[in-house]
Amino acid sequence: MVMEIPNPTSHETPTAPHLDSPLVIALAGNPNAGKTTLFNALTGMRQKVANYSGVTVERKEGNWSVNGDSAKLIDLPGLYSLDATSLDERIAREVLTGNVDGLSKPDAIIAVVDATNLERNLYLVTQIMEFGIPVIIALTMVDLAEKQNVEIDTQKLSELLRIPVIPVTARQKSGTEALSLRAFEIAKSDVTPQTSWIPDSGGIDGNGKEDIHLSLSADDSANRQIFARYNFISDVYQKSVKPVDDEEARFSEKVDRILTHKFFGLVILIAILLLVFQTIFSWAALPMDLLDAGFGALGENVGSQMPDGMLKDLVVDGIIAGVGGILIFLPQILLLFLFISILEDTGYMARAAFLLDKLMSKVGLHGKAFLPLMSSFACAIPGIMATRTIENRRDRLATILIAPFMSCSARLPVYALMIAAFFAGQTVFGFVSLGAVLMLAMYALGILVAVIAAFILKKTILKSPPPPFVMELPPYRLPNLRTVIQNMFTRAWLFIKRAGTVILAISIILWALTYFPRGEAVGSEQLAVSGKSEQTHATAIENSYAGMLGRTIEPVIKPLGFDWKIGVAIIASFAAREVLVSTLSIIYNVGEDADEKDPTLIKAIQNAKKADGSPVWTPLTALSLMVFFVLAMQCMSTLAVVRRETNSWSWVIFMFGYMTVLAYVASLITYQGGKLLGFS
Amino acid sequence: MTLANLEIGEKATVKAVTGEGAISKRLMEMGIVPGVSIRVVKSAPFGDPIEIRVKGYNLAIRRTEAEVIEVSSAIN
Repeated sequence: MVMEIPNPTSHETPTAPHLDSPLVIALAGNPNAGKTTLFNALTGMRQKVANYSGVTVERKEGNWSVNGDSAKLIDLPGLYSLDATSLDERIAREVLTGNVDGLSKPDAIIAVVDATNLERNLYLVTQIMEFGIPVIIALTMVDLAEKQNVEIDTQKLSELLRIPVIPVTARQKSGTEALSLRAFEIAKSDVTPQTSWIPDSGGIDGNGKEDIHLSLSADDSANRQIFARYNFISDVYQKSVKPVDDEEARFSEKVDRILTHKFFGLVILIAILLLVFQTIFSWAALPMDLLDAGFGALGENVGSQMPDGMLKDLVVDGIIAGVGGILIFLPQILLLFLFISILEDTGYMARAAFLLDKLMSKVGLHGKAFLPLMSSFACAIPGIMATRTIENRRDRLATILIAPFMSCSARLPVYALMIAAFFAGQTVFGFVSLGAVLMLAMYALGILVAVIAAFILKKTILKSPPPPFVMELPPYRLPNLRTVIQNMFTRAWLFIKRAGTVILAISIILWALTYFPRGEAVGSEQLAVSGKSEQTHATAIENSYAGMLGRTIEPVIKPLGFDWKIGVAIIASFAAREVLVSTLSIIYNVGEDADEKDPTLIKAIQNAKKADGSPVWTPLTALSLMVFFVLAMQCMSTLAVVRRETNSWSWVIFMFGYMTVLAYVASLITYQGGKLLGFS
Repeated sequence: MTLANLEIGEKATVKAVTGEGAISKRLMEMGIVPGVSIRVVKSAPFGDPIEIRVKGYNLAIRRTEAEVIEVSSAIN
């Protein structure tokens, strides 16, 4: 009687079999089988995304509750097999064997099977069934299969496999009711699937690591097993599916006559990329300005509420300005993720990798590396996060290590300021603007160095035999809007969460460097009238640790044509590259709010004099600084993301080190070489 | 002969998947097992990789992988 009170904990009576741990159900399936869409349909927004400890495989969990039953639903990464050759496969295996911390062995597995690609999808199912956990098939894309006249007798399929088969269309949420009913039923039962294809049944008992080594060392027997599974599947397939004429040119192949055409395919690829970047820059401009203004207003507001002093400066100049400086890039990052999601879900991404693999493999990279690298032109962060699609660890690392050479949007203000100050109005051949040529040259320099670096990395520390390039070209499909948007926000949130703490910490450190030590002079700040206050700002930064650091490194950066003030600006721009502009404004007393088009700032830079009266900046200095910014690792957020993605500080240090050395050498060559050639 | 010898549009039956462990295993897992029929759909702009159709879906592999797939003579 008491049980009828709708108390969520009431049915967990002490005798319930799953007392402390609720049911655990795993969702497994091939990539492109509609697994994510089904996961979203079953869990709604009640999901949690994190990483499996120590690796960058996404750990997605959701709460699935239907009619009083509830389970923890685990979305495994998309898999073709469970042989533990790739990281995804190894993680999936560990989940299914109950070897993951905080996760008990699943009570049931939902195998997501694409009805339009039944045979190959069933391969994973046979492997899943060998784990001895109850399995149920969610047959997706049945509507699409019908359109292709593929007739699947689900009854027969279920009988032959001896596990339940439930057709679902996740988009319309039909079949999910029946699926949940049967899934919960089998999860509470102990029906282990029968694996008749294994010669001496029992076979792989899924004990984890040990038999992984066994199956890897015994190639012949592994291949025999694969063959046995496919033989079984082939038999099941013939008995339950009325095959269609395969020779009928399928829709995707027709589309691909143009999209992967030897000539037009490449033209269209370039057009799509240009369109994506154009859209990112134009769409992101407004929200970025708004965010910028918003953080400005927030800073002012908070500033006016707080009493003057160190705490106020810390909050306003350190935290709000520092974190805000990164967060204004969020619209760009979101849009990039949006386009990446769309390109992935439509199936185009695989085509792009197909088109470019030959080119990329010349420098030792995978075809899939092109997208992370392209993304890095907007921002290296989504680019580096997008390298997850590259299976081979060394290929992935090589891509991560060269991604920041692509000139990102934060470098644009730096290039723009230098060009406006020293190269404006000049032309090459009388009609091409020198500024445009230089801008293009900076992009080209980044790409060239990236190509050389990739080549060298893949020949040395990241040397590996070329991994097999075996990539499905999935049929073209309309992306599911909800999945795409959810994907976009999940990834953006992961970025904020991952990079947030590091960015906050470094913002505070950088602020402290430019703030401390404070002498008696500070007291005068309150008395200062507007114009004078900038003066004290400049003096403060001059006397700060950053100023001292700038002076300390001056002998080192002098050969590059930089004085200590530029040194300070370079140190401060580690927060984000575009901070160079605002730091220079502070140092030259123009005011913090000057942007790269500000005529006063441009004048101040042009007129800055050394002690001996010669100008600090020459066109050659500007060029040297631009080259430095193309190659130097001047971005704490990128390093924070690399730390997360590689799970190691050594790669972060290596990346910072080799990029800084390259930047230094290239700047040195530019400046000293330029001087030798008689430029100034 | 191997799959790499086939012309675009040609079909053949897989006889064996040779080659080093990881590669042959990957190919077999993707459904390229002895007895299955394969069609070469096209090759990428620079001649590599190639697109094939097997077990009702499309797959891209490099020519080096195609060379370890032994096939019967082409059926048109």
